[in-house]
Amino acid sequence: MNVHEYQGKEILRRYGVATPRGIPCFTVAEADAAARELGGKVWVVKAQIHAGGRGKGGGVKVAKSLDEVHRHAEAILGMTLVTHQTGPEGRLVKRLLVEEGADIRKELYVGMVVDRVSQRVTLIASSEGGMEIEEVAAHTPEKIHKVAIDPVAGLTDAEADAVARKIGVPEPSVAEARRFMQGLYRAFVECDASLAEINPLILTGDGRILALDAKLNFDSNALFRHPDIVAMRDLDEEDPAEVEASKYDLSYISLNGNIGCLVNGAGLAMATMDVIKLFGAEPANFLDVGGGATTEKVTEAFKLMLKNPAVKGILVNIFGGIMRCDTIAEGVIAAAKEVKLSVPLVVRMKGTNEDQGKKMLRESGLPIISADNMADAAQKIVAAVAGK
Amino acid sequence: MSILIDRNTRVMTQGITGKTGAFHTRLCRDYANGKACFVAGVNPNKAGENFEGIPIYGSVKEAKAQTGATVSVIYVPPPFAAAAIDEAVDAGLDLVICITEGVPVRDMIATRHRMRGKKTLLVGPNCPGVITPDEIKIGIMPGHIHKKGRIGVVSRSGTLTYEAVGQLMDLGLGQSTCVGIGGDPVNGLKHIDVMKLFNDDPDTDAVIMVGEIGGEDEETCARWIKGNMKKPVIGFIAGVTAPPGKRMGHAGAIISGGKGTAQEKLAVMEESGIKVTRNPSEMGKLLKSVL
Repeated sequence: MNVHEYQGKEILRRYGVATPRGIPCFTVAEADAAARELGGKVWVVKAQIHAGGRGKGGGVKVAKSLDEVHRHAEAILGMTLVTHQTGPEGRLVKRLLVEEGADIRKELYVGMVVDRVSQRVTLIASSEGGMEIEEVAAHTPEKIHKVAIDPVAGLTDAEADAVARKIGVPEPSVAEARRFMQGLYRAFVECDASLAEINPLILTGDGRILALDAKLNFDSNALFRHPDIVAMRDLDEEDPAEVEASKYDLSYISLNGNIGCLVNGAGLAMATMDVIKLFGAEPANFLDVGGGATTEKVTEAFKLMLKNPAVKGILVNIFGGIMRCDTIAEGVIAAAKEVKLSVPLVVRMKGTNEDQGKKMLRESGLPIISADNMADAAQKIVAAVAGK
Repeated sequence: MSILIDRNTRVMTQGITGKTGAFHTRLCRDYANGKACFVAGVNPNKAGENFEGIPIYGSVKEAKAQTGATVSVIYVPPPFAAAAIDEAVDAGLDLVICITEGVPVRDMIATRHRMRGKKTLLVGPNCPGVITPDEIKIGIMPGHIHKKGRIGVVSRSGTLTYEAVGQLMDLGLGQSTCVGIGGDPVNGLKHIDVMKLFNDDPDTDAVIMVGEIGGEDEETCARWIKGNMKKPVIGFIAGVTAPPGKRMGHAGAIISGGKGTAQEKLAVMEESGIKVTRNPSEMGKLLKSVL
């Protein structure tokens, strides 16, 4: 689960991680009031969407007067912000963060991820703040510093100080950088984060260390421990189809193709997408109905796929193990009838009670195309969609 | 022979009285030698009772002492799963198979840290389990689609493993052991660990390695295979079409920072002498071609 920058900073401050002072705003009037309350001479007006690259897209503006704050807030609120992470359709800006301006002496980078190889939380730091860390890693790997953090000892003073010095924090600010990184680690662990990125982390003219931006992702398997973080969820930032799917315990992700696919199991679902692509078409979605594919779940899955106007055909691929093929066939038939299916449907079933399931599909009177294996199924749906 | 488990393995079930645990314990008990293999259940609140004749003990330690079970399978709910693994590790079991899906990563980091230097092996969490066909099945895979034979299967995904097994069976090829290592980012045995076991198993002739996007386990395994594996390996990686930054069902199946793509994994596997296919329908055929 993702949160907005202002929410991430709010969480981080609880752990002693310093950020500029700021106030979230939903209207231009609130932005005016926020700037007055913050005081000072320079403010930053920042669009709050769950995507990076906001600055380049025109969603972050510096204001040197209250009048400018007003104009920027007016321009940004309600704009459709397009960044490299939003896709060409962009994202409607509904929230702002108005912050006090910071006196930036140096921009640095600090991030944390769960490293699968060491099976530890890993601190990643670099002197190259404000850039994409993947780019830095690709072109100047010597400027990336990593520490795999011992889960019992935590991030030690010595480790934190060494990293601070390596990324160019001047000696008088090392202790503050240490507290910053240790606070970030505590926040990461205690809140069950899966990713934390402070880019840039800044050194100010007077030697302070501040998180100028904050991106936090959380482990969705651990949200049961964090009702306060769940309350920060912003459904406007999520794909409505994915939100709808989660209500029925379906794992769904929208893609750009025109063949809907309904599969049991995540690995098999990915493989089904791949085989569609292999035969020259593109999948419209990833959809894992999971182990207990009941008639209700299959019906909801069909409805979900068909809400996407791009879908011109559906491929159902089920490996019946514990779940029997005749049960799945029943679900597919009921779903196809209920949604009055008007696009071609190819069903491939394998496993327990396969013959019985196929017979039910054949005798259903529905124009269901049966397939013997995944490749056959993919070829048949690709041909049907192409009108061959 | 086989790897990890056989007809002589004695198993306890942690979470035997829950809905999933009860359902699958029944199926495992009814499979091949299951009646002799599944000897105990663990539930601190139901010690002294029994589950359809299988005695329930208050702790893993007690179940081990009373029955001699050296392997445990875990179905307990996600918030308590890591603690269940810890208990089995502390009791000195040989192998723990954690089926539970949705265990918080933070819990698994702590559990894996505690396991350092201990002898206990872990499979999972979020995995279908392990089966040595016609001898014993520990987990949620459908037993009847398998048959005893000489092909090893190792995979991160459940139904895709069944798919591979189904293709082998269509060609008359049985399996020595099939291991589902699970789709979580922080877990127990990796591809490489299982591959080493298959390499040393005299009853395994060749291996199907099924991977998916995310992490670099497949690459690590492939590099090891290049210099060490004495048997043919064929591979498939799911997720060529998966977009970056999207979690494809499994918590571990995500391309992040440009790393963990299917293309990259396939390239390293090919360089390492593994025959790979981009068509998931061809796994069985490809395996047969290398025998």
